[in-house]
Amino acid sequence: MVQDIPGTTIFDGHEAMKGYRLNKMCYSFNSKENRDAFLADEDAYCARFELTDVQRDAIRRRNVLALIEAGGNIYYLAKFAGIFGLSVQDIGAQQTGMSVDDFKAMLAEQGR
Amino acid sequence: MATIVGAVTTSHIPAIGNAMANGLQHEPYWAPFFDGYERAREWLATARPDVAVVIYNDHGLNFFLDNLPTFAVGAAPEYSVEDEGWGLPTFPPYRGIPELSWHVIETLVEQDFDVATCQEMRVDHAFVNPMRLLWPDRTPPPVATLPIHINTVQHPLPKTSRCLAFGRAIGQALESFDDELRVLIVGTGGLSHQLDGQRAGFINKEFDEMCMAKIIDDPGALTALSIHDIVKLGGTQGTEIIMWLAARGALGDRVDKIHGSYHIPVSNTAAGLLVLENRAQPALWY
Repeated sequence: MVQDIPGTTIFDGHEAMKGYRLNKMCYSFNSKENRDAFLADEDAYCARFELTDVQRDAIRRRNVLALIEAGGNIYYLAKFAGIFGLSVQDIGAQQTGMSVDDFKAMLAEQGR
Repeated sequence: MATIVGAVTTSHIPAIGNAMANGLQHEPYWAPFFDGYERAREWLATARPDVAVVIYNDHGLNFFLDNLPTFAVGAAPEYSVEDEGWGLPTFPPYRGIPELSWHVIETLVEQDFDVATCQEMRVDHAFVNPMRLLWPDRTPPPVATLPIHINTVQHPLPKTSRCLAFGRAIGQALESFDDELRVLIVGTGGLSHQLDGQRAGFINKEFDEMCMAKIIDDPGALTALSIHDIVKLGGTQGTEIIMWLAARGALGDRVDKIHGSYHIPVSNTAAGLLVLENRAQPALWY
């Protein structure tokens, strides 16, 4: 896939291979038992999925742009964000460097 | 023979489920969105479907990247609703109709759509929220269901032309089913939105309005768009318009718009709704 859209990563085979283990861990967060296990011992949980150092660091920093850069897919990352009660507006704000209120106002403005 | 009573195409944003669970439908933020569904429910009461064929995209509840089909058809006696990881309420399973599923699968493969088949299938918000919008007081709804998944998680996604043709094949499959069933087509997702990247929050009202108009009168025009074009114009998750294209394909060449609504924003998304019916054939004059 041609990656020529600013601020956008198209999740293609290249990204899917790069992010496989990270996404597999995030997919596991569908289950409350797994979310609890992550919270109880984050290092041990990440070790089970053999994340790369870059992926482990991005998880540690809860940084969505870094997670995408490390191959994360937003649908699975949303399950990771869900552990901390973060909505798509919270992570939208984080990625755009806006406050959550400003991000919400920007969305509403597009309807006017 | 089975009859297609019409199609509803609608957004399926997760936050809708939370708003319904918390009774926020009449709050100022939500009312402009939820009010759009009253007319759809009135129409549904006269359309009286027995079955809802729901064309949707799984978001990593049933499928993972280890085994990700482009097109998948449910063939289960029931479809379970499970935790997606961020606190949406879960519900009892939705009733399936396996004999119709297998007829659809056989017809699709005969028409060169080699679908994956699922005798167990978990359905996520993209299936559940539209069902709850259409039957808010009835969960599960008073219809049998047949979920059909189209991949939007991992590129390459199926081309727009292929999704429209897939919908046409679904329509032919349903109309060739022997039982007297009234079938509603539901296409879920969209409209423009982007959750990921520095462009998160991207919405394109002009593009959405063009898509809604073309879905009604000239869906073939949208097949000029590549998936890459749609990402650029409608955002990374705006690709869910392919569910609308497939649903539209299941109807005939000419349709009437019964109802439409459009609202920005619901969460990070431009929310759209269309209710479409096949246009009655004009009486012949002799």
